[in-house]
Amino acid sequence: MSATYRFLAEFAQSWGLVYFVTVFMIVVAYALWPSNKQKFDEASRMPLRED
Amino acid sequence: MSLWSKHKLLEKNSIFMSIGVLIVISIGGLVEIVPLFYLKSTIEKVEGMRPYTPLELAGRNIYVREGCYNCHSQMVRPLRDEVERYGHYSLAAESMYDRPFQWGSKRTGPDLARVGGKYSDEWHRDHLNQPRSVVPGTVMPAYPWLAKTDLDFEHIANDLKVQTQLGVPYTPEMIANAGADIRIQATPDHPDADALSKRYPKVQSRDFDGDPKRITEADALIAYLQLLGTLVDFKLYNDKANIR
Amino acid sequence: MTRPESLTHKSMTLGEAGAALAFGLLAFLSLLIAAKAHTSEYAFHAYLFAAGSIAAVFAIIDRYYNRPAEKAPLTIDGKPNYNMGPVKVATVAAMLWGIAGFTIGLLAALQLAFPVLNFDLSWLSFGRIRPLHTSAVIFAFGGNVLIATSFYVVQRTCRARLAGDLAPWFVVLGYNFFILIAGTGYLLGITQSKEYAEPEWYADLWLTVVWVVYFLVFLGTIIRRSEPHIYVANWFYIAFILTIAVLHLGNNAAIPVSIFSPKSYIVWSGVQDAMVQWWYGHNAVGFFLTAGFLAIMYYFIPKRVERPVYSYRLSIIHFWALIFLYIWAGPHHLHYTALPDWAQTLGMTFSVMLWMPSWGGMINGLMTLSGAWDKLRTDPVLRMMVVSVAFYGMSTFEGPLMSIKAVNSLSHYTDWTIGHVHSGALGWVAFVSFGAVYCLVPWLWNRKGLYSLKLVNWHFWISTIGIVLYISAMWVSGILQGLMWRAYTNLGFLEYSFIETVEAMHPFYVIRALGGALFLIGSCLMVFNLWMTVRSGDTEITTQSEPSLVPAE
Repeated sequence: MSATYRFLAEFAQSWGLVYFVTVFMIVVAYALWPSNKQKFDEASRMPLRED
Repeated sequence: MSLWSKHKLLEKNSIFMSIGVLIVISIGGLVEIVPLFYLKSTIEKVEGMRPYTPLELAGRNIYVREGCYNCHSQMVRPLRDEVERYGHYSLAAESMYDRPFQWGSKRTGPDLARVGGKYSDEWHRDHLNQPRSVVPGTVMPAYPWLAKTDLDFEHIANDLKVQTQLGVPYTPEMIANAGADIRIQATPDHPDADALSKRYPKVQSRDFDGDPKRITEADALIAYLQLLGTLVDFKLYNDKANIR
Repeated sequence: MTRPESLTHKSMTLGEAGAALAFGLLAFLSLLIAAKAHTSEYAFHAYLFAAGSIAAVFAIIDRYYNRPAEKAPLTIDGKPNYNMGPVKVATVAAMLWGIAGFTIGLLAALQLAFPVLNFDLSWLSFGRIRPLHTSAVIFAFGGNVLIATSFYVVQRTCRARLAGDLAPWFVVLGYNFFILIAGTGYLLGITQSKEYAEPEWYADLWLTVVWVVYFLVFLGTIIRRSEPHIYVANWFYIAFILTIAVLHLGNNAAIPVSIFSPKSYIVWSGVQDAMVQWWYGHNAVGFFLTAGFLAIMYYFIPKRVERPVYSYRLSIIHFWALIFLYIWAGPHHLHYTALPDWAQTLGMTFSVMLWMPSWGGMINGLMTLSGAWDKLRTDPVLRMMVVSVAFYGMSTFEGPLMSIKAVNSLSHYTDWTIGHVHSGALGWVAFVSFGAVYCLVPWLWNRKGLYSLKLVNWHFWISTIGIVLYISAMWVSGILQGLMWRAYTNLGFLEYSFIETVEAMHPFYVIRALGGALFLIGSCLMVFNLWMTVRSGDTEITTQSEPSLVPAE
């Protein structure tokens, strides 16, 4: 039992960590990317427009 | 920039967005739930656990029906005060046949994981019928209808059968005798009591509700309560062998 | 039979014919089950299903004869032809269930202070009343608010008519039928006794169908949109609808004893069932009570302040972080139990991390007001929503704190948990819902504004005082209870018997009930105010279906 458990734990603590940090950095980079700013500004005004 | 245009896809396409959400929310659940079925250490090896007798199961279903979990936990934590108040901390193995689990989340009343044998049947009877007659300060509701309602066990064999589909080790013999076993367990000195305790070791057979003429819901519920926490003999349990 | 005159030939749509047929079959099946049901309670539910199905068939046919031959147009004069009927019904249902749920909550609170109020009746006993309260406020009140606002917001932000013809009605009415079955079931003793997932297998099956249609209507409307971007509120709604579907299916996987029996056995047992239950239970909080209501925040606060949300970038980051982290947090409900330690540690770690994205949402909501803080003085509806966001921040700070094992060993099983839940449920969920409904009702019924802003002000203050009484009473009683359980005498014996700790709670239970009563009074003022708005408010003359801000007091 301890072999499987240890393997899973070590995998999660190394590769799992790297994977999650990478994914998070991608999301952050996407949100902060300068060229996306205008698009986001437009989107944020959507509720305020009248039809 | 190709990566960014892909992200745009995610935000502009509701189906991709939905798939993205599904993937993201799956990870945590899978990592936490799936290993519980594969890691053998999840449930300790213990002596003494057996499926509920039909009467105990019917009693448990009444416990479920009345929503006892709203005020009573069935999970003694390994903390000094709890172990002294309630007894040995609960093992995962002790709820292996619990569908649903009834560990609870609130103790408006005390923990019941080891209530079996702590009080007499008579105490339980009075306590269910009029809690304040035995515990003056309690806020527990009274359950006078339990002792007045005959236990409906016409279909109890079905309950056992469904559980075997889920892996509970009820034998064909147990299923065939399900209804009879309820009568045997609720009758003092029944001639077939030996056969019952062969099927279900450590079973307690007697008239639980003080009315030997009838088998009531109180019979079933008290039989269940008196069983709680009594199956595993902690004198024989080696907790060093089960360090997780 | 006389057919109404129309220029084109009228025929039933596939949806109408199919739905009528399906409901006819369901009525037949229900009657069959009613005849052979194992218990009279189950037979009662089968008759309810039959009656509901027959009513549905009748409604579909009646609607067919009264409707014009053509389908409702998607746009009129280039403007979207919004479908607000289902939104109105869900809004009314939300308020009715809300009052019912708060009243039952008050009864439950009083029962704990004065047990004589259980009346020795099975259907009034606390064990059946408490799930009725939790389901009524979370699923009946909260659920209807979510359906109403999601159908409103998705139409307005997509500038498209709601997808489906009968489908949106099926979602609203079908969901409320589920509530009826669940609620009457608890009173009759039909329950799985899994917290926040008490309804039995047949109610769960029905909800699954309703929920799939809900998702399709929502997604169909988004696909129909005339805007390039999907507004952030809709992301939260999508996450809410999808995740609740997954959780519902996972946690309610059960085999019925028989089709003629209400009883089922869950496929998971013991420790696995505990993990699945709290994976469900905590994410019912995370996705039903958080993601869904954050969607409300992201639409109604900017709308009411007339400013875009503070940071759209922050909303992207905190959305993905929130939905990713929340799903891990369940095991913090099982600290020190027989759940393996590794799972408890994971649950604690992710719960603590969850503090960050939660506060991302709070900051985004609060800072939307920057430059317009003065509106708080004059607009009590806005004040209600802003205070709700502050409560959100408070309870999402308290939550991670309570998920730390050392704190949890004291707080778990005590009233502290109840206090924590209610600071979130009353302060955040209910207040943001009240704010949204105060906005919605004049918009939906084309009124210039609310009947009385002064009444909103009264509602706000009475309810806020109620919440403060409630949560502070529960903090004190919870911590007191936890400390009493673990108190030792000089000789090394446990100092208090259990019943002494129960008796010590009495004054706090009375204060809690008082707080609950104030909250209920506040919401009754709200219902009166909304009723008067619809009844006596001036209809707006312009074709614009949405008035600008209501004038200041």
